[in-house]
Amino acid sequence: MFDSELFISDFWSWFIAVPTLVGIAACFWLVWWQSGNRPDPNEEVKTMGHVWDEDLAELNNPLPLWWLNMFYITLFFGLIYLALFPGLGAFKGVLGWTSVAQYQAEIDSAESEYGPIYAKYASQPIEDLVHNEDALKIGERLYITYCTACHGSDAGGNPGYPNLRDDDWLWGGTPQAIETTIMQGRQAMMPSAQMNNLKTEEEINNVAQYVMSLSGREGVNAEAVEKGKATFTQICSACHTPAGTGMQALGAPNLTDTTWLYGGSERTIKETITNGRQGKMPAHGEFLGEAKVHLLATYIYSLQANKQ
Amino acid sequence: MVEQATYNYKVVRQFAIMAIVWAIVGMAVGVFIAAQLAWPALNFDTPWLTFSRLRPLHTNAVIFAFGGCALFATSYYVVQRTCHTRLFAEKLANFTFWGWQLVIVLAAITLPLGITQSKEYAELEWPIDILIAVVWVSYAVVFFGTIAKRTVKHIYVANWFYGAFIITIAMLHIFNNASVPVSALKSYSAYAGVQDAMIQWWYGHNAVGFFLTAGFLGMMYYFVPKQAGRPVYSYRLSIVHFWALIFTYIWAGPHHLHYTALPDWTQTLGMVMSLILLAPSWGGMINGIMTLSGAWEKLRTDPVLRFLIVSISFYGMSTFEGPMMAIKTVNALSHYTDWTIGHVHSGALGWVALVSMGSLYYLIPRLFGRELYSLKLVELHFWVATIGVVLYISSMWVSGIMQGLMWRATNSDGTLTYSFVESVQAMHPFYVTRTIGGAFFLLGAIVMAYNVWRTVAGAQAVDAKIPEPQLVHAH
Repeated sequence: MFDSELFISDFWSWFIAVPTLVGIAACFWLVWWQSGNRPDPNEEVKTMGHVWDEDLAELNNPLPLWWLNMFYITLFFGLIYLALFPGLGAFKGVLGWTSVAQYQAEIDSAESEYGPIYAKYASQPIEDLVHNEDALKIGERLYITYCTACHGSDAGGNPGYPNLRDDDWLWGGTPQAIETTIMQGRQAMMPSAQMNNLKTEEEINNVAQYVMSLSGREGVNAEAVEKGKATFTQICSACHTPAGTGMQALGAPNLTDTTWLYGGSERTIKETITNGRQGKMPAHGEFLGEAKVHLLATYIYSLQANKQ
Repeated sequence: MVEQATYNYKVVRQFAIMAIVWAIVGMAVGVFIAAQLAWPALNFDTPWLTFSRLRPLHTNAVIFAFGGCALFATSYYVVQRTCHTRLFAEKLANFTFWGWQLVIVLAAITLPLGITQSKEYAELEWPIDILIAVVWVSYAVVFFGTIAKRTVKHIYVANWFYGAFIITIAMLHIFNNASVPVSALKSYSAYAGVQDAMIQWWYGHNAVGFFLTAGFLGMMYYFVPKQAGRPVYSYRLSIVHFWALIFTYIWAGPHHLHYTALPDWTQTLGMVMSLILLAPSWGGMINGIMTLSGAWEKLRTDPVLRFLIVSISFYGMSTFEGPMMAIKTVNALSHYTDWTIGHVHSGALGWVALVSMGSLYYLIPRLFGRELYSLKLVELHFWVATIGVVLYISSMWVSGIMQGLMWRATNSDGTLTYSFVESVQAMHPFYVTRTIGGAFFLLGAIVMAYNVWRTVAGAQAVDAKIPEPQLVHAH
């Protein structure tokens, strides 16, 4: 009946309950006090006798009955509601209702209603499901609800958020890798120039020139490329590999292609080298559950698997 | 012969004229940001022109600049005339005028620059908050000082409401803005997490309850009986609804935080008190509208009275809508949608703005000793403004309910039927309609400004003589 853990002391519980009830009682009294002595309806209503500012006066008509009744109804409703639901300090209310329990009940009922729909697909491999129209339809709906804010409604990505329609994968494009990415999330970590011990603007520029040369860009400075290559081999190759083709185990991008997560302009490449990048894909496993993630991964895998 | 004492109308005139100026500024910004929601390109890729910075400028300008100046002007006028005495501490009254204008100018500079506390309707940073507190305490001294030196025994009902508004706003402003400054233009709230949210909405909802309701009820209690030439309908209704209103309003804030981390008991109390608030709110509507009984025919010929009476109708409508929206199950649909925006504007445009404009049409001729330049233009203003309000609130009802239903629609597999952006797309025609409604309302305010300008240009300022109070009749 009373939730003893809600407040640090009983005082606060009373501090809430007493003024609430006294206040509602005072409203009852106020209305009752002013609604007595109803005048004879045939008699003309008189003013109070006070006059302000030459002609301002007040009649003293009785409180309209419909209004009085409305007031009483809301007051009674308030008292009943406070008896049923938690409101008076630590008093839990007769129904024992809590918002947390209501939330759990709604989740449970959704689970029992929709759970079987998803369970049906959970044991089928993604490679088969990509040919199942119904599974893809559900996967697409899940995608539109949970993924479009970052990856775009066409899955074409945004700066900092990968394109999911191409065949360039930061963390791997197999069905299992995609599923893992959605379930557990990913935390990428490109260190800043300071962390990489690149001290001067010139060093950063040299590395940037070399990185640009990796994808066959024209107009790079040959001398800078040569110097940058030395630095790249010494520092960057640890993640991006000596050839610059990247490493999916670390989410390190391939630098030899023309796909750029944050942008491929000289300015953006320098910005990436200078400040580093902390790309983050949030984990959805706990939130969506394995069965839904399975269909979501199916849809994303289908974007290229079904291209042909 | 002894020269008869006069009322101080100078500060009333200053606030009255500035109320009209700020109405146009605040509403113009409102129309512009409404257009931005329909056509986002109107941001012009300029930081200080973005919705996020101009929206607080709009709310501050219409509530505190327009509404504030209208409240200062009418309360200074009403308190003098109903106390039959000149204003107390007139130099302090002058300070409230210049201080309040300075607050408004500082708001107009800092908000577009992005300097903000990020508290809704309390965005201004701490140095400006201190200035507001000083001006507000001065206002209280002038107002209550005038009440104290009144030459009549009874305090007129309009002054109860003005008084409650002044005291409560001081309390709300000071507690909600308690913060720790880290530099001249940056501070952090003294409260954290859900407690910060609760303090914020305790303030926010009572800015509505006391600034936009109690204050303007004070206005209604003077200007409606004056313009109608009829006594107030019921003294005892005034007593009941005044005390019930100021007691109940202060509890209603938690209905802004339904289904959040706020504890269940707080949400329940907020909802219960919001429902109990219905009758006290309607008490004011009954007293205002029924004051006209025996003089209904005046509505046909007097456009100023029509402003006042229609404003009370909108007051009744929004104070019915408010308690309904505070019910948790209704709130589950309405919260975070345009329905809330429509609700606020049926109160802000329909009630607050119309009652202020009606009162200003009553005041201006008396402050400048001239008849209004054109009653035809008042008539035009009335219709343009009313059409504007109706377009605004009906488009937001449709848009808001549609939004709420789209957000909760699910497919047979439990997934959402609509993505968020589809609901945004569906709102476009209603955003356009809302912009047109707002533009109509702004147009009405411009017509008013022209009419007032033609009325006061070249006019001599008037300071009316203080009449002897009438003797109190024996009961």
